[in-house]
Amino acid sequence: MDIKEYIAPEKKEEAVALMKESLNNKFIAGGAWSKISIKKVDKLIGLENLGLCYINSHKNNLEIGAMTTLREIEINEDIKKIASGILSEACSQIMGISVRNIATIGGSIMGRYAFSDLLGCLLVLEAKLNFYSLGEIDINDFMAMKKVPDDLLISVVIPKKEKKGYFHKVSKTHLDFATLNITVAKDSKVMVAIGSRPGIAKLALNTCEYLNTVNSFDEIDFGNVEKLIEDEITLGSNMRGSKEYRSLLMITYLKRALREVM
Amino acid sequence: MKIDVVVNGKKREFLIEPSEYLLDVLRRYDYSSVRRGCDNISCGVCTVLLDGKPIPSCSMLAVRCVGHEVTTVEGIEKEAEKIAHYFGELGADQCGYCNPSMALTVYALKKENREANDEEIKKYLVGNLCRCTGYVAQHEAIKKYLGDES
Repeated sequence: MDIKEYIAPEKKEEAVALMKESLNNKFIAGGAWSKISIKKVDKLIGLENLGLCYINSHKNNLEIGAMTTLREIEINEDIKKIASGILSEACSQIMGISVRNIATIGGSIMGRYAFSDLLGCLLVLEAKLNFYSLGEIDINDFMAMKKVPDDLLISVVIPKKEKKGYFHKVSKTHLDFATLNITVAKDSKVMVAIGSRPGIAKLALNTCEYLNTVNSFDEIDFGNVEKLIEDEITLGSNMRGSKEYRSLLMITYLKRALREVM
Repeated sequence: MKIDVVVNGKKREFLIEPSEYLLDVLRRYDYSSVRRGCDNISCGVCTVLLDGKPIPSCSMLAVRCVGHEVTTVEGIEKEAEKIAHYFGELGADQCGYCNPSMALTVYALKKENREANDEEIKKYLVGNLCRCTGYVAQHEAIKKYLGDES
């Protein structure tokens, strides 16, 4: 990694102005993956002095500052109450404590890492992202963007809805990336996200549309569910598992998830 | 560039490059208890405490430690000796390469949750790999250390 200069501004406008100076300037959040994601940078802009490390509980939502660490999210009591604590659970299964003490939610989102266990959770929790310039963007719209915007992520807002949740990560060891992760949440509607496919987490919208037409677990036509989810969620092979293995995992854990939340 | 960092309670001035990681700087300045392992945040042997919390020094840019307090195992000498005693007593010690990081993480666990149960100990230590012991003896030693300290 080649960094010419490191700056940690104290004002958001200063950070954004520095970013706009050159395409070779980059933001850095926790930096846990900086060795694999940063090659050559003129000015590396640290976000640690911007006051973005907080978890605020409001009446209708939870607001998490972009620089909040995964460990802080994992142990926060308000977050544990949302959708059976899936976000806390997902955080607790990421690497070890030391990594979670530096990795941040903002870095996990802006990195759009295919192996991320958090993105699926944020999709089914219907999170909104607050950017400095772009304003509020739905996480699903952000995931659909061709390119990650060169904007400053300020916070993540999670609506406080009465949801049941399910998160499961399949990995060879605790410290490995997921072979597949599955996240499901249900209030009046069911939301299913599959990640580490090995592609990035994605909502299974057609499957959800069908699931929202049934009233209970016993009414589900799993032949139909299998067809719908196989059609819309593209799986692949890599060193962690074959496409066929991932397919079996996806169907098996989707059944278990639905049994738990329906 | 020059940076001021408090290491083990003492203010130090380090000459660094902006691209340098804390692990490399600490080792260059003779804090050799901080070990290099995988160098990609997977093994935990480079763990130090930053403001009392375990972090992987291999992936923390040294420049970001300005104004913070770094603790290596030399900074918790008495506690490290106690932990070493329990490790020795229960045969939890073999090559010793992971011991400094293990001691720092156990010390942080004690500060955070003195009454940690079996599952909590396992979860807290999961990021600290040991290629020798198989973890059972270490786990027992940590449990005994925490139990006697609480």
